[in-house]
Formats: sequence, structure tokens, C-alpha cells
Amino acid sequence: MALVSAALKQGQITPTELCQKCLSLIKKTKFLNAYITVSEEVALKQAEESEKRYKQGHSLGDLDGIPVAVKDNFSTAGIETTCASNMLKGYVPPYNATVVQKLLDQGALLMGKTNLDEFAMGCLASLLRLRSGSTDGVFGPVKNPWSYSKQYREKKKQKSHDENEDSNWLITGGSSGGSAAAVSAFTCFAALGSDTGGSTRNPAAHCGLVGLKPSYGLVSRHGLIPLVNSMDVPGILTRCVDDAAIVLGVLAGHDPKDSTTIQDPVKPFMLSSLTDVSKLCVGIPKEYLTPELSSEIRSLWSKAANLFESEGAKVIEVSLPHTSYSIVCYHVLCTSEVASNMARFDGLEYGHRCDIDVSTEAMYAATRREGFNDVILEVLLNTLFKPFTVIVVNYENYFVKAQKVRRLIANDFVNVFNSGVDVLLTPTTLSEAVPYTEFIKEDNRTRSAQDDIFTQAVNMAGLPAVSVPTALSHQGLPIGLQFIGRAFCDQQLLTVAKWFEKQVQFPVIQIQELMDNCSSVFENEKLASVTLKQ
Amino acid sequence: MWARAVWLAFRAPAGGRRGLTAKAGPQGSVRITAEMIEHLERLALVDFGSQEAVARLEKAIAFADRLRAVDTDGVEPMESVLEDRCLYLRSDNVIEGNCAEEVLQNSHRVVEEYFVAPPGNISLPKLDEQERFSHS
Repeated sequence: MALVSAALKQGQITPTELCQKCLSLIKKTKFLNAYITVSEEVALKQAEESEKRYKQGHSLGDLDGIPVAVKDNFSTAGIETTCASNMLKGYVPPYNATVVQKLLDQGALLMGKTNLDEFAMGCLASLLRLRSGSTDGVFGPVKNPWSYSKQYREKKKQKSHDENEDSNWLITGGSSGGSAAAVSAFTCFAALGSDTGGSTRNPAAHCGLVGLKPSYGLVSRHGLIPLVNSMDVPGILTRCVDDAAIVLGVLAGHDPKDSTTIQDPVKPFMLSSLTDVSKLCVGIPKEYLTPELSSEIRSLWSKAANLFESEGAKVIEVSLPHTSYSIVCYHVLCTSEVASNMARFDGLEYGHRCDIDVSTEAMYAATRREGFNDVILEVLLNTLFKPFTVIVVNYENYFVKAQKVRRLIANDFVNVFNSGVDVLLTPTTLSEAVPYTEFIKEDNRTRSAQDDIFTQAVNMAGLPAVSVPTALSHQGLPIGLQFIGRAFCDQQLLTVAKWFEKQVQFPVIQIQELMDNCSSVFENEKLASVTLKQ
Repeated sequence: MWARAVWLAFRAPAGGRRGLTAKAGPQGSVRITAEMIEHLERLALVDFGSQEAVARLEKAIAFADRLRAVDTDGVEPMESVLEDRCLYLRSDNVIEGNCAEEVLQNSHRVVEEYFVAPPGNISLPKLDEQERFSHS
């Protein structure tokens, strides 16, 4: 991003040209289904204004004129915001989410709203043994750009001569799959996702991107349609760690409109290039070594740990003893908070409204049945046991118990960090991206229920975490590893991530046929590769 | 040296390792009746009307029951990870508002400055009467 920013400043390319190139790419990659709404006019107008600023030498900063995309659960004034649900089809917010406003204030160009699992419930859907992976929104599933990459296709050809190229496309992971596909396919330089249990990091790992989940309280949630208020954070998806740091620098900070943002002053920062990791202590949580983890990722994780050690870092095994309870705990807490948050969708003030007029209760019930998909209805059903427990069984047994277990889980992390560990290194996902046809099979549901095991404990503890693309699998697909940091030590976390990124030199996705078909607006071919370079 | 110890662990057969989910203890499963479902439907304002719902609910409760295995004596419930900080309170001054038009613009039924709702306080019909509102 810094390279493009420099190019914009020097006039090698104009914001309008950049915008048009990205819009053209969006059209070319429409089959990915990454975008729900493409805000072409808005983006071009913003590009025009950015161009004026550059001509006058008054650019707003690193993000001025840079195309970005926003997950469709962030409110955008005047632009439809659907959460990929029938419940909000046609809903046009009258305000911008704070994070959206901050991007716009820095001159970023809003390319559009990206696809997601309905209401961002990807991880929760997995838990309930339903489909997720950004396959369940009402606008259809998102396709992983790596399905069409040279790296994947070449490996596939070696195995089979099936010429039906599109039938076996891969999922992106979820719930921020649209944002991940948008960045991965070069239609924008950064995208906002949300992360409640791994929704940013999971698709980042599957799409070969950097997926950052900031510390809870660092970035405003005002305007992010809430799922789990105590765990949601806006997430950032980029192609390199430096870009994530730039975006975080813009977004972080207290927001008077979100009382859960911390009041400590936050300044944008430049990531230093770490050369010496000898003072670093990396923890490897032993409970994360699970039988469900693919052997390839297990081996990569081990290699990564060895890498740190060989460069002088201290690498130790640590224990997070309550890990085995985190899925259940997460399930109970989430379903309760989600049910509360879904209560606002009654058809009166906004969103879908059914035709029944007999009574408020009947109208609410039918509106919600029509507006929500199976996942949400399932969640509501599963949460019914909360009021159920109030009446019939002691409330203490479930919700409060889960809150206590949450503290134990959070304390596990605190204890580890207090023992001198700086960052934890873990896998992000259990395996690489799978084909959609495999994903939706009945017997695959059990495994996908576990897929957030590495990511969701972090949300319960409110810690920052980042998935960094590490290597390609034997099938030519991206595998990411996750770093978890101390609360509010996001800068340190990203510094370590940046060092790691430099060491592993993850390859750029080769989707040349998509790029070449696009009429080139660059005179300088080199610029195209420069924008892709990490 | 960590490397050797964990390398051995990485290479060890997976069978010896405990999976990541807690094993369900020998808990009695809670029985759910149709009346409970009906009652819950009224509370949650979603109608299901399927026998499957009962089974799924029981499963969900059994799943949540696994938490009982954790010893939480003396542990305080955690409401927020930011519990050690003071919540931000702004000063009690009116700084925004006067946007009735914006607030009303997304509603399907509005009369002057009112949201229009159907008559209230009419409970959902009992299960066997629900056919009238059956899934369209």
C-alpha cells in the first residue's frame, strides 16, 4: 500500500485510474461473488476528490486514494447494508460506522460492501453443525480466488484431468469471506471484516492474506451490526502486515460513540523492522496440538517454531489448560448474546416486515421466520434454553457458569504472558480451504464444528491476534499461522508478524489470466507488480 | 530444549492426545415437552413447530452441560474483558438528534412520526391453531 501511495504522490498513477482498474477487476471477478454491493459512483467521486488533493499536494495520508472494501455488516450511509440477510435487504443506514468514517476521512475509496455469512455467524454456524465458510448468506457463497490460481490448478492437473474447471471451487472460510476474496483478487488493497470467533483470521488463512483481529476495545464497534457485544471486533484484511498496521493506525482509538473503546491515547505507528529476535519469547500452546489438525499444518507449525529458535528466539511449550472447554463456553455465551442482539429485528423500525397484521406477536414471529435463515433460527432455538433455564433450570448452571469458565480461559492467557512469553504461535485453521462440494457434505459437519478452535479463545480473552500466510500446501493452497499477543500490544504483535512474513516469503497468488484480460491502465507494467509485492 | 520435546510430540501418533472438546460427562439429559417449546416460542417470538426442535434443544442442553465438569468454585463470572477499566461516560449535553426523518425512513409503515405496529398483547395462538400462520 505504501508503494501505491508513493506512486499516487508522484503522479505515476491517479486515484481515478487506480479506482477504474479495481472496478474493472471487480467486474472480471464477479463470479467470485465477493461483493454484494459495488459502489461504483461513490468510489469514482471519491477518486476525483482524492485526485484534486494530490494535485494540490494536500493528500490526507497513506490511505488517500486507496481502494478499500467493507464487509456488509458495517453501516454505510446511503449504501445498502444487508448483513447478507433477508431481514435487512433494502436497509439503507443513515450513518457511517465509525471505522468506515475513519477510512473515508483518510480519503480511502469505498469500492463496495462484501459478502459474508448471514449476520456474520460463520463460526457459530459451525458450532451448530450448520454450514458457514461464507456459503450461507442469501446472496450465495463466496468463491476462493485460489481456486483459479496457477498454483492450485497446476497441482490439480497432476492429479486428475478433469477439465470442468469451475465445479470444484474452494470456499473462502468465514464469515468475512467476501472481504478476503476481494483483497485476494486485488480488487482492493484492504478490507474490513469482523471477528467474533475467528471470522477475519479464518478466511485470511484460506485466502493467503494477513487477517488482523485487534485487541477488544482498541477499535470502535459503532456501526458494526453486533453479534456478540463482548467479543466482536472490526477485523482488517490485507496482503501484507505493513498494510494492516497502516489501517489499524487509522482505525484505532477511543470513540465517544462506543463506550467499550478504551480511552488511552492511540497514535498511528510505523512498524519497525525487527532484525534481532533473540529477546523474543514465543509460546507454543500444547493443547492446540489436536488430532484434528492436518499433518501438513502441524508440520508447518513445527517448522515455524524451529525458525524462531534458529534465529535466536526463546521458544517454549506453554499450557492453556481450559482449552478443551472453550468451544462449549463460546457456544453458550455467543448464543445468548446473539439472541439478544437479534431481538431488535422485529420488522417495525427497519428491515423486512411480513404481511401479517393480526397482532404484534404474530407479526414479529412471522417477520423473523421469513427474515432469518436457518442458522439464525437455529441459534435462537439453541438459545431458547436460556429463558428455559431461567424458568425450569437454574440460570446459574449455564450462562453464569459459562461466564466463569470464560474468566478461567482468559486467565490461562494472562498466566502464560505473565510467565515471560511475548507471543503465542498457533495454527489458524485445521486444514487448508476445501472444495465447496466437500464442505457441504453431511459428514463434513463434525469437522467444521471444530474449525474455530484456534481462533475463538482469543475473542473470549479479548486479545489481539493475526493470521499470517506462511506457505502453500501440497495442493498449492495457502496455509496461515496465527500469532496471539498481549492485550493492547498490537504493535508488538504486528512487529513479530512482519519479521515472520519476511522470513517465509509467501508467494503472490498467480491469477494472471484475470489480470491480463483487464485492459491495462498502467503504462508502467512494473507498477502492477509493485502493487502486488509485499 | 523445547524443540526436541515438542518435536517428539508433533510426531507422536495422534491417538494418545486428548481431542480439543471436553468429553460429555454422565449427565442426565433434560426432557423437553411440547408445552415448553410453545412457551419458549412465545418468549423468543419465533415459531418452529417441528418435532425436530425438541431433539435439537435437548442436544444443545447436553452440549452446554459439559461445562459442569469445570471447577469454578470461587471464580467470578466475567462480563467483559475490560472489567478493570472505567466505562466512558460522556457529559450530559445534547450534541446530536433532530433526525426523525432519517430514523423513520427505513420503516415499512409510518404514519406522521409514528412507527405503526399491529395491535399488541394478543398472544400467539396455541400450537394446534398455528396452522393458520403456517409457513408460506
